Amino acid sequence: MDWTAFRLSLELATWTTLILLPLGVLAGRWLAHHRFRGRGFVEAAVALPLVLPPTVLGYYLLVSFSPDMPLGGLWFSLTGQGLNFSFPGIVLASIIFNLPFAIQPVQRAFETVPLHLREAAWCSGLSGWRTFVRVELPLVWPGVISAFVLTFVHTIGEFGVVLMVGGAIEGETKTVAIAIYDRVQAFDDEAAGAMSLLLLLASFVAIGLVYGLAGKGRSVGVR
Amino acid sequence: MSGDGLSVALHSRRGIVLEAEFAVAPGELLALVGPSGSGKTTVLRTIAGLHRPQIGLIRCNGEAWLDTAGGLYLPPQKRRVGMVFQDYALFPHLTALDNLILAMDGGDRAQRIRRARQLLNLVRLEGLEQRLPSALSGGQQQRVAVARALARDPRALLLDEPFSAVDMMTRERLQRELALLRQGIDIPVLLVTHDLQEATALADRICVLHDGKSLQTGTPEALFRRPESPRVARLLGRQNVFSGVVTRAHGGECLQWGGLTLELAQASGLPDGARVNWYIPDSDIVLHRRGRPSRGERENPVRGTVDECVVMGAQTSVVLRCHHTGDALRLSVSTHAARRNGLTPGVDATVSLLGKGLHVMAPREHARDPVAKGGFS
Repeated sequence: MDWTAFRLSLELATWTTLILLPLGVLAGRWLAHHRFRGRGFVEAAVALPLVLPPTVLGYYLLVSFSPDMPLGGLWFSLTGQGLNFSFPGIVLASIIFNLPFAIQPVQRAFETVPLHLREAAWCSGLSGWRTFVRVELPLVWPGVISAFVLTFVHTIGEFGVVLMVGGAIEGETKTVAIAIYDRVQAFDDEAAGAMSLLLLLASFVAIGLVYGLAGKGRSVGVR
Repeated sequence: MSGDGLSVALHSRRGIVLEAEFAVAPGELLALVGPSGSGKTTVLRTIAGLHRPQIGLIRCNGEAWLDTAGGLYLPPQKRRVGMVFQDYALFPHLTALDNLILAMDGGDRAQRIRRARQLLNLVRLEGLEQRLPSALSGGQQQRVAVARALARDPRALLLDEPFSAVDMMTRERLQRELALLRQGIDIPVLLVTHDLQEATALADRICVLHDGKSLQTGTPEALFRRPESPRVARLLGRQNVFSGVVTRAHGGECLQWGGLTLELAQASGLPDGARVNWYIPDSDIVLHRRGRPSRGERENPVRGTVDECVVMGAQTSVVLRCHHTGDALRLSVSTHAARRNGLTPGVDATVSLLGKGLHVMAPREHARDPVAKGGFS
């Protein structure tokens, strides 16, 4: 059992979720409430990581993380470090490949909150922020929890993109999913089996949680 | 513009067209009436601050809420309106009590809870404070919505079709409750409805809207007896609108209608020969009894043939094709009277058009003198 890899995966998932969740709520709300030209294009871009082979996404990230490219160059000028094969690099990559998991459930949830409810809140004297906190957020909460759990679990399980961008550097970019592959390559079936079982159980609990909450959201009945 | 109550003047020619002007006094209930798409909900949303018109001025108790000329637009939060939405828009995750408490500002929590309970008692919902909206009936939800609108201690109460989502029995009960509730509040109340009966039953005055324009504002009685234009009459479901010419005869003003000369109880003050539209409410069309003299028999007798005779319960709707003009007069008589007088299609009958009911509509180019002059003819 590779506990370093486990700890690294948890750290990666925590950072990714912490950064991505507020972004996901803002973007999901915006996409749910605004009709604009090119909206379909934006939604397609958000959904792209779902259908793109991880190696393809990983390849493009690898290229754009290079210090010769604008993104990699910017990071280098800010920190003096390269993004490729580093922990910040795989965090950024995780944020990008988790966009659909963070945005789509939140967007669907915001779409079920009728405009009338927000207007009623404004007419009741609630500011935009209080409307968001007291009316919208409680109603979209199941969607936010879904986004949280899916992002977290998916980050822990991602293999291809992380391997492409991060390599498999012990304690820096070698996550548990990569460690399992590594153990299988080394014919260490016992360690691979133990880690796989742990991931299986964690994923099952997480998905169960999402479905349970989604069911609860349905029974409350958003009018 | 008056400083008391709510005054609204909207003149948007771009986007959603709005040409509406009216004022509502404190404690008064004004109904905005019009067919769907007439802009009545938009007017209400404009007052609440949910729609921003191109040009408009809205004042409430001397405070400007909207003044496009002065670049002023207060957001809904600053207008202190109580709004009841058509679908009530209750917060589904909050109990009835919490729906009210969230809409209150000021005071500590204990005070708010006490006030919210008072309001729920006022709308007869005691005992249901802890229910979620989904556990309330349609009528109960509507009452929570009304109580929530009042919770903010509003300067004006706006009701958008508040009775349209409930069954007829509940509707009548809720209408009675609103009439009762009104007696205790002294703020302007604006009711949007497409239901004329509802407007007549509840409103002090009615404002008729069409295509975003306010056509006429007045008491229900004034509107139904004296619609300003054929369009208003049509929107109010009044059908007896005809055209004629103003003449002088017997020393007074008369109305030339085809081959008939009708005597007016009240002169229009329009010049001789003016081509006008005129209207008579069906309550002022009196059927002559067969073989016996009737009330007002000598007043403007009109003879015609019954075209249509439809029994609708206790009342019978009759269409009479006038011999002199070929126009169709519509009147409603009691089914009993229709039977007794043998009214069936093809039969001839005589009616009197009572002079007091004849209403001459001023042509657009003549502003009508508000004080009627001239005597009785």
